[in-house]
Amino acid sequence: MKVQVWGCRGSLPSPSPEKDIFGGNTSCVQVTHKDICIILDGGSGIQRLGEHLGNEIKEVHILLTHLHIDHTMGLGFFLPLYNPSIKVHIWGPATSDETLLKRLRRYFSPPLFPVRLNELPTHPIIHEIDESEFMIGDVKICSSYICHPGPTLGFRLTCGNSVFAYMPDHEIPLASPDFPNNPEWTSGYNLAKDADLLFHDAQYRPEDYKSRIGWGHSSIVDTIAFAKMCGVKKLSLFHHDPGHTDKQLVEMLDEFTNEKHFDFDIEMCAEENIYDLS
Amino acid sequence: MSGQPLELILARQFADSMGMAVFIVDPIGNLLFYNEGAESILGIRFAETGSMAVEDWASVFTPTDEHENPLPPDGLPLVQTLSTHKPAHGSFYIFNNKGEKLLITVTSFPIEGRPNRYLGAMALFWKTVVT
Repeated sequence: MKVQVWGCRGSLPSPSPEKDIFGGNTSCVQVTHKDICIILDGGSGIQRLGEHLGNEIKEVHILLTHLHIDHTMGLGFFLPLYNPSIKVHIWGPATSDETLLKRLRRYFSPPLFPVRLNELPTHPIIHEIDESEFMIGDVKICSSYICHPGPTLGFRLTCGNSVFAYMPDHEIPLASPDFPNNPEWTSGYNLAKDADLLFHDAQYRPEDYKSRIGWGHSSIVDTIAFAKMCGVKKLSLFHHDPGHTDKQLVEMLDEFTNEKHFDFDIEMCAEENIYDLS
Repeated sequence: MSGQPLELILARQFADSMGMAVFIVDPIGNLLFYNEGAESILGIRFAETGSMAVEDWASVFTPTDEHENPLPPDGLPLVQTLSTHKPAHGSFYIFNNKGEKLLITVTSFPIEGRPNRYLGAMALFWKTVVT
């Protein structure tokens, strides 16, 4: 299972010379295994992914954690949606009333976007998921609701003995009584437990989080504690604040990890990163 | 160890923040959590009991009518919610773990996650002053 990052910025695309290392595109991660192509979120990074998709790919599965704009804004610019020879599946969170299709149509309609879903050469195949478990080829996917405003899923992808967990938008302490001492009662624990690689929201410094409680994101300190509690092997900090430059992200990582011992790897996620989980 | 669904975690977090007494049970009635308000009424502490199977917590206190006749389980709001998946409300007497006889009033409602996932029930209750 290969994991490639096409966007790890949070909230808003923010390309600039000061963000050259970690990138400015919003959430988009490609997971490939043999001829399977799974794309986690349709943020602005999916536009470039679409341009680089190999000709051998005839079927694509886009798994949306939620429908906030930074996770869907790239969908209309994803070239395979305009290529009738590629079958595109879109999987996303179910709600109690409105269908996923109806919610996606809000984006694929004026005034937000000129092309409607039913004007695409081939209508994408829509799948609603919640607390679900399903297979795409050899990859087993578990989805579970996690703490973030609006219906939001986290994903756990298992292929052979490798596990990749993806929670780009997740406010841990708001939904975790006695965090980090009670895994059973911690949002997202099941998804991240013993993962080889965890991509997790770490948008804020702890002091910034105090004035943003309820906005749906976590501080770097809470995310590191969560990764430790879950026993992951590698933590890649995700959903970088659009205002944070490369220099600030490096300083943030250094401040909260230097001279501390962790029994797992910690890094700031960066566009172009590739991970080979096997 | 498996994790609890987000909705129950948030319900517990909510209950933990409340002054009034709250019970949270799973779909078959096992007591998952009760807060400080409930501790003071029931005379037990969550830190000591932890979560409890339905048969265990049902024996901690004895629900009765005003003449101290035991109430059948389906006369209790929380039991009604568990069986009907609908809100229920009512008052009855209990003998708590300290042997005190209290009139309590209970409002219970189902915890349903999206989309249509029945996850258990929450009961809010309070001591009622007999006038």
